[in-house]
Amino acid sequence: MLDTVLFVVFPYVAVALAVAVGLLRYYKDRFSFSSQSSEFLEKRELFWGSVPWHYGVVIILIAHLLAFLFPGLWGALVADPIRLYTLEIIGLALALLTIVGMVMLIARRIQRPRVFSVTTTLDWVLLVTLLAQVVLGFWVALMFRWGSDWYIRTAVPWLRSLVLLQPDIRFITALPWIVKLHMLGGFVLVALFPFTRLVHIFTVPVTYLWRPYQVVIWNRRPGPSGRRS
Amino acid sequence: MDIRAQASMVFHLDKCIGCHTCSLACKNIWTDRKGAEYMWWNNVETKPGTGYPTLWEDQDKYRGGWDVVNEGGQLRPKLKLQGRFGALANIFYNPYLPSVDDYYEPWTYDYANLLDAPESDDQPTARAVSQITGKYIDTIEAGPNWDDDLGGSTIYAANDPNLAGLSEEERAELAEIQRVAFFYLPRICNHCLNAGCVAACPAGAIYKRGEDGIVLISQEKCRGWRMCISGCPYKKVYYNWHTGKSEKCILCYPRVESGQPPACFHSCVGRIRYFGVLLYDADRITEAISVPNQNLVEAHRSIIQDPFDPAIIRAARDRGISDAMIDAAQKSPVYKFVKLWKLGLPLHAEFRTLPMLFYVPPMLPVLARVTREGRYEVAGAADNSLAPLLSSLDKARVPIRYMANLFAAGNEEIVAEVYRKLIAVRLYNRAQQVGDVSADEMQRALETGRTTAEEAAAIFRLTSRPTYQERFVIPPIHREEAIAQTIDPYKERSETGFGLTEAPSRRW
Ligand code: HEM
Ligand code: SF4
Ligand code: SF4
Repeated sequence: MLDTVLFVVFPYVAVALAVAVGLLRYYKDRFSFSSQSSEFLEKRELFWGSVPWHYGVVIILIAHLLAFLFPGLWGALVADPIRLYTLEIIGLALALLTIVGMVMLIARRIQRPRVFSVTTTLDWVLLVTLLAQVVLGFWVALMFRWGSDWYIRTAVPWLRSLVLLQPDIRFITALPWIVKLHMLGGFVLVALFPFTRLVHIFTVPVTYLWRPYQVVIWNRRPGPSGRRS
Repeated sequence: MDIRAQASMVFHLDKCIGCHTCSLACKNIWTDRKGAEYMWWNNVETKPGTGYPTLWEDQDKYRGGWDVVNEGGQLRPKLKLQGRFGALANIFYNPYLPSVDDYYEPWTYDYANLLDAPESDDQPTARAVSQITGKYIDTIEAGPNWDDDLGGSTIYAANDPNLAGLSEEERAELAEIQRVAFFYLPRICNHCLNAGCVAACPAGAIYKRGEDGIVLISQEKCRGWRMCISGCPYKKVYYNWHTGKSEKCILCYPRVESGQPPACFHSCVGRIRYFGVLLYDADRITEAISVPNQNLVEAHRSIIQDPFDPAIIRAARDRGISDAMIDAAQKSPVYKFVKLWKLGLPLHAEFRTLPMLFYVPPMLPVLARVTREGRYEVAGAADNSLAPLLSSLDKARVPIRYMANLFAAGNEEIVAEVYRKLIAVRLYNRAQQVGDVSADEMQRALETGRTTAEEAAAIFRLTSRPTYQERFVIPPIHREEAIAQTIDPYKERSETGFGLTEAPSRRW
């Protein structure tokens, strides 16, 4: 019963919240979409926190996503032991990066009065949750080896079942509680996403790669030749 | 040809008295808010000095503006900060971002203590309180205009990047207490044609308004990636540490749209400021910055177009520029100073953003010189002739080299030309009003200054006795039409008229 609440009901609630509140926030309070950078107030420690954190977490998240989207390909990839070991080592190293980064980020916010003063309660909740989540992830990877392999046979089918609206938790009920906690943590973060600065993930400025350098906005059309530039 | 109109400015530095009224007018209207306390959209710095933020002109440190790279003999502009992929790679941490210590920690005073302190033997004090942390600050280590009037000049003025190229002797002379010289440099956003802030913004939140060229940051699109602060070589984008958004001078567009000059212009005590529109050819922007440093000022002038030329008028109309705007361009005092008389120079043209705020370089600290023996050598005072004024440029008190570093990307001839003309205007007026300059001498001055009696009279008039309407020719923005295109007038009617209807503070 508890499993159903945590791994069926809660994920749907979390995703519903993320979508509904996220959209509402985007259309009603777009001003609030910001990375809330605090680099202006403190630079040096931010470097040692933000850079390892982001490079670690972004790559790991992409790996989670790829394995979920293409379990077949992923399975083929980790079928070869050498590739599996390499992947696991890279994963562990990245997880370590995120932990170091997040510890730095939290310590910095506690120790530097300037940064402390711009930290909201939800910032604290988010940072602590993220730290817990990456520590759990690291622990799982270390203690329950070859996660990149069993992930596609446990979490992936469960997640797929959720997406297909035919929830099936049999794939994960037998997993150790610590693994389940990491899965739960994922959806806690999904639920936190629309209420916190995490919304910055969805505004990654990829268009910068191709947009013209200068941006000019006209109220009226600038004449018969009609070029707007 | 793509003719556009640009709200442009001239600051006449000989008239600035360094009173900071402009800065306060701006602060009281726009930046008296949490997170914006340290922002001085308008600031006035003492030169020589390191300015605000400290050493903003040092682009090895801050990497603002554009470089040029030589590609097979062809110069090509390149954003100095980073490439496009670099922007994404550095987004988690911008190595070149100035931090609050490069400005100062904003503070207020614990005034309440003056009234509420319990009775004691000592007078109560109002201690300084940080506006960021709310904690007491024991020693204030920096503040706005910390080096005003050469305060702490051994640290500040001595490290001015514009001193590059000056001999040891010249530097020593500038700093020597009895011979010291300085002037003021008021600065606002230059509303550049090739803005570094716009180009550096990953989110594309910064834009130039097509109609009048005012550069604005959309507060709704800004995501706090804080690249613009580095991209602007003038450090005129500021990061609001409370809202997580960047902000900058908005050229008081709500005032301009209702026919008033920006507040700093309006309040300027020395009346040093001129406001007007310039027509320029947007197709030639890249061309104008793809030239060697010493040609930059000329190239900049060359893309500014003559608003009386029928071909230009036709091209402007073709691009939807209204007759009223063309009329404003013809009356523009900026056009006269910059293009017609060639007296207005861009600040640090070598940053290659094509700034549209121009400066008439100051003459006062330049011409009089104090000799080694401590004699005050006002040119012309020695004999009864004023002729030495003309030849005194190379022994100027503030070396021409310094002025050239500031206003002509190092090209001394450009600055000298301006000075020769300014001197000619002085001699011409001296002849008219005091009558102790011979006709010959005056004629020679006019020739050396490459000017005429009529032009000298016109320059004198616009410099010293302009009316309010002559100083400020506010371009018609046609706000009514603009709004009708974007907002339903019935909706607009019930709104405040400004964009944000919610307080700019952190809510999530
Ligand atoms: C590629 C996508 C991302 C980009 C471009 C990005 C960018 C940023 C930036 C610019 C900051 C502000 C740093 C500063 O203070 O100057 C930031 C902070 C932060 N980001 Fe990201 N981020 C991304 C992905 C993520 C992801 C996936 C997570 C977590 C799941 C995340 C969590 C955070 C957190 C917690 C902070 C606050 C750190 C602190 O100041 O304590 N970000 N991010
Ligand atoms: S001076 Fe103004 S327009 Fe030019 S780069 Fe700086 S902020 Fe942008
Ligand atoms: S108000 Fe005018 S005179 Fe006074 S400091 Fe500002 S620019 Fe100079």
